[in-house]
Amino acid sequence: MTLGGIDIIVLIATLMTASTPVLLAATGELIAEKAGVLNLGVEGMMIMGAVGGFAAATATGSPVLGFLFGAVAGAVLAMVFAILTQVFLSNQTATGLALTLFGLGLSALIGKGYEGVRPPPTAKLDFGPLGDIPVLGPIFFSHDWVVYASLVLVALTWAFLKFTRAGLVLRAVGESHDAAHALGYRVIAVRIAALAFGGACAGFGGAYLSLVRVPQWTEGMTAGAGWIALAIVVFASWRPERVLIGAYLFGGITALQLQLQAAGYAIPVHLLSMAPYVITIVVLVLLSALHRHGAQAAPADLGRSFHASS
Amino acid sequence: MITLIKRPTPSRFWAYTTPLVAVIATMIAGGLLFATLGKNPVEAIKVIFWDPLFGANAAYFRSQLLVKAGPLILIAAGLAVGFKAGIWNIGAEGQYIMGAVCGAAVALAAYPAESAMLFPAMVIAGAIGGFLWGLIPALLKVFFGTSEILVSLMLVYVAQNLLAYVAFGPLKNPEGFGFPGSRNLQQYPSAHNPELIAGTGAHWGVAAALIAVIGAYILMHRHIAGFRIRVAGEAPRAARFAGVVPARLIVTCLGLSGALAGLAGLFEVSGPSGQITDSFNAGYGFTAIIVAFLGRLHPLGILLAGLLMALTYIGGDMAQLMLGLPAAAIQVFQGMLLFFLLGFDLLTNYRIRIGGARA
Repeated sequence: MTLGGIDIIVLIATLMTASTPVLLAATGELIAEKAGVLNLGVEGMMIMGAVGGFAAATATGSPVLGFLFGAVAGAVLAMVFAILTQVFLSNQTATGLALTLFGLGLSALIGKGYEGVRPPPTAKLDFGPLGDIPVLGPIFFSHDWVVYASLVLVALTWAFLKFTRAGLVLRAVGESHDAAHALGYRVIAVRIAALAFGGACAGFGGAYLSLVRVPQWTEGMTAGAGWIALAIVVFASWRPERVLIGAYLFGGITALQLQLQAAGYAIPVHLLSMAPYVITIVVLVLLSALHRHGAQAAPADLGRSFHASS
Repeated sequence: MITLIKRPTPSRFWAYTTPLVAVIATMIAGGLLFATLGKNPVEAIKVIFWDPLFGANAAYFRSQLLVKAGPLILIAAGLAVGFKAGIWNIGAEGQYIMGAVCGAAVALAAYPAESAMLFPAMVIAGAIGGFLWGLIPALLKVFFGTSEILVSLMLVYVAQNLLAYVAFGPLKNPEGFGFPGSRNLQQYPSAHNPELIAGTGAHWGVAAALIAVIGAYILMHRHIAGFRIRVAGEAPRAARFAGVVPARLIVTCLGLSGALAGLAGLFEVSGPSGQITDSFNAGYGFTAIIVAFLGRLHPLGILLAGLLMALTYIGGDMAQLMLGLPAAAIQVFQGMLLFFLLGFDLLTNYRIRIGGARA
């Protein structure tokens, strides 16, 4: 099925892999923000996951260990942020920026020896006859395990926030840390845990970039994916199911512009590469315009430091 | 047990001391980093911080100091005004690119005509380019409430792609034998931004940086507008009662920092860099964020912080040459500096008491 030189089935199939890194990172950031912490360091944590995952996978030959290590690398960097913002009570915006700058530098330093190396391949899951179904087969049953894992993660996050007591506590901490503190919940501990989860997800998403999506290590390879994940959380009005829509929308645009480049349209490559960023801005604007007079969707204590005395 | 007690007012002593403490802590942590990379930490620190100023060939490196510090200070002076007001322009890199592209476009359109009016026209075009690029997140925030952080950052990637597009397309040197990149403005006398005093590295951008520092000082510390900006950042509700119009503040801060970043880009492209290429931007827009914080968002502090940061760039280049230290190590070093600074800031706002009740 082609439309203007573009294969729709391939487009939808690539959409799913293209969105997986941002989907993972955005889901993690959603949890952190639901707990009231704005971590602008997603980009830094993602790229640390990308380089950490890549290094571990090439060293051990196991992509699964790579993903695991990528998640750990992201979480470790998130802990730096957690210590600075939760213990040392530093400004979250500035610290997040520092995390991104630091992560970009450190990843470039670690990744020096890995340029041009190919990582061990991640196999696509074999669904047997399901994969042979026309149209649906290549779209839904032709991916590697991480794509499905990311979908499960979104579902679990949704259920966690909606149905569990722990999810309720997390939301309480994000909405009013003073009230949560007065009820005896440990605000700082909850926030640190949320940040660790966010970092692990971002690192996992970063590892997917370097191990599957590209698959290679290049300096600065996240190219703003972490920032787009942050934008998707806003776009999703802090709801996991909408994060999925946002990430797939973004992935769709990325996949489409790559297909347009491949199809040889007479649009300069650089102008096409611009599209995902421009469209992210446009979507943010549309959404902010719609929510202008509605209820504020952001957690009420988002970005505010908690200190028991104040 | 260690407890933190909030100070009624931030400590002036620590406000001035933390940057120094942070620099020392970064040197120690950086030394450890260099040691793990298999370099002699003491030598590495000496090569980065001492040799460019007082070592062999220091004369050349000292002139590079102003070349690098100029754009950093110029951008950071603008950013700091916004940061004080709680308006986060983190897209200075994009505004820098757009200033350079617009300024260079004016020069290349006039080529090869010689006129004394050309350079001033380029300066204006550069400022307008950065201003308009900074105005996009400002207007979107004012009219739709869109986060200026995300929009200004997205626009960096847009600007980067636009830069690559013009470098390969409209602004490409027609006599460049197919190589990407524009004509070299250093060979176009009317458009060249030369070294003003031989051997110092000071070009018009450095002069502009000094003017920006003085201007920012007057604005922030001697003018009612600066008071309004500071109140808006520290107590937004109080500011509204005092008659501060948030929309005007947002447009002013983002427009001003955009214009200054655009100027920095213009002076770079017409001076030290010389031409528009797809890799023309060197990350000054992001490093300037560190400079602004290291300088405590104070114009004079930014002046010193800009020089220090420029030193790490030059020292980093030297360490790369002489010790084989990877270029990225300096980026890590700069990131660590910001971490330590933000962490030690605790001492400015809180008193630490050892012993006492658990908070």
